[in-house]
Amino acid sequence: MALQSLDIVRRSATTTPPPQARGAHAGQVAKLIDVSKCIGCKACQIACMEWNDLRDEIGHCSGHYDNPADLSDQSWTLMRFAEYENPDSGNLEWLIRKDGCMHCADPGCLKACPSPGAIVQYANGIVDFHEENCIGCGYCITGCPFNVPRISRKDGKAYKCTLCSDRVAVGLEPACVKTCPTGAITFGSKDDMKQHAAERVADLKSRGFAQAGLYDPSGVGGTHVMYVLHHADQPQLYSGLPEKPRISAAVGLWKGASKPLALLAIAATALAGFLHYIGIGPNETDERDEDAARRELEKPS
Amino acid sequence: MTEPREIVRYAPRTRVNHWLVALGFVLAALSGLALFHPALSWLSGLFGGGPWTRILHPFIGLFMAAAFLLLAFKVGRYNRMQPSDWTWLRRAGDVVANREENLPEVGRYNAGQKLLFFVIVACLLVLVLSGLVIWREYFSAAFPIGAIRLAAVLHAIAATVLICAIVVHVYAAIWVKGSLRAMTRGTVTPGWAWKHHRAWFREVAEGERK
Repeated sequence: MALQSLDIVRRSATTTPPPQARGAHAGQVAKLIDVSKCIGCKACQIACMEWNDLRDEIGHCSGHYDNPADLSDQSWTLMRFAEYENPDSGNLEWLIRKDGCMHCADPGCLKACPSPGAIVQYANGIVDFHEENCIGCGYCITGCPFNVPRISRKDGKAYKCTLCSDRVAVGLEPACVKTCPTGAITFGSKDDMKQHAAERVADLKSRGFAQAGLYDPSGVGGTHVMYVLHHADQPQLYSGLPEKPRISAAVGLWKGASKPLALLAIAATALAGFLHYIGIGPNETDERDEDAARRELEKPS
Repeated sequence: MTEPREIVRYAPRTRVNHWLVALGFVLAALSGLALFHPALSWLSGLFGGGPWTRILHPFIGLFMAAAFLLLAFKVGRYNRMQPSDWTWLRRAGDVVANREENLPEVGRYNAGQKLLFFVIVACLLVLVLSGLVIWREYFSAAFPIGAIRLAAVLHAIAATVLICAIVVHVYAAIWVKGSLRAMTRGTVTPGWAWKHHRAWFREVAEGERK
């Protein structure tokens, strides 16, 4: 028995509890990305490629620093560069955000996934895709509030950042954290990361970033990848980071109430038919009907 | 006494067409339910596993819709609502209780059958359009995420309505004895036509006398 499969708190398309004898007694984990310390060197992208053995296709320059242009099945993390002219200070600010899976406490991908065990959430908070169970329907993309999962053109499976669940399982930090040269990415228990973030936010505020704050959106139950933002009041400045992400109401309806209601409606319709047959009975044609029909057919016109 | 002569209700082509639609429906419903509810995901085994179910489902759906389109060209014109159909619907209690003597005379199709026709048309329209939007392999990339989410909900709702409607359709064939053979062998007895579709029976009788 692989031990890492005994600490699953949520499993896609599964209605009974998954194996979860092992808990996260040392606390849930989190990655903290301090955007104010990021220099945009993309070492995290390279470390991700190296550890996970990913090689994206060499693309084309699309006129900005984002390279590759988007997340893909081979690029699980991506620096997104936004130029922002601050109207208050008149400064041009380069807001660089390391994009990737946010590891939501309430993951929309897992809620939407129809394949048992293709998406799991571990006790430590990591949301992981098990591609061997993935059927390639893309519902995870429909469910994700952050537009993160990508389907591979090669194998039709969905991929995204694993938060290096394989490294974390043996007590290592994710590859991007290990490589970050400025210490913009840190990793530890969620509580520790929040505390560290509070110190960073206080520091930023003392330096004139009055709206600095932590991005740990409550709409998805909090995330296990958090940002320290200089403009926490305007997260959309950071290449469209959603201000109040939550699982969309349509996905909630589709994957919530509609499932039991639809099965109930179908079962009730079938049961109504059965009970009608038992209670009222079939509508039969007898000899009298045939006689009446014969009389009418023989009637001269 | 001689055996009553049988009346032809469906030509072979129509029967084959109907059963192709039925086959498409059953396969689309089973594969769709497998993708819809975890309690039914075992149904994907019928199609060769999850990925095959995902691959096949949209093609099966398109097959059903195309087959139904052909059928609709054939039977659509008999399904226009007449004033007497609304009376028939208002007396649904008599319909359910088998008191046909209280109902207005029915032509080739009764109001319930016409309603079913329109429900199928509406559901298939929604299913095909929303299905294209959520067909990740070929089309989803062309649509904004909001449209994909809405399409997923509409697809589930339309499928539920359609499945319930077909359950009613199947039960009606079990309930009204002598109906099933119209779609299997193509014929009904004159007594059946006289009892359930008297106006149509008289049309047919008129035609035979000429």
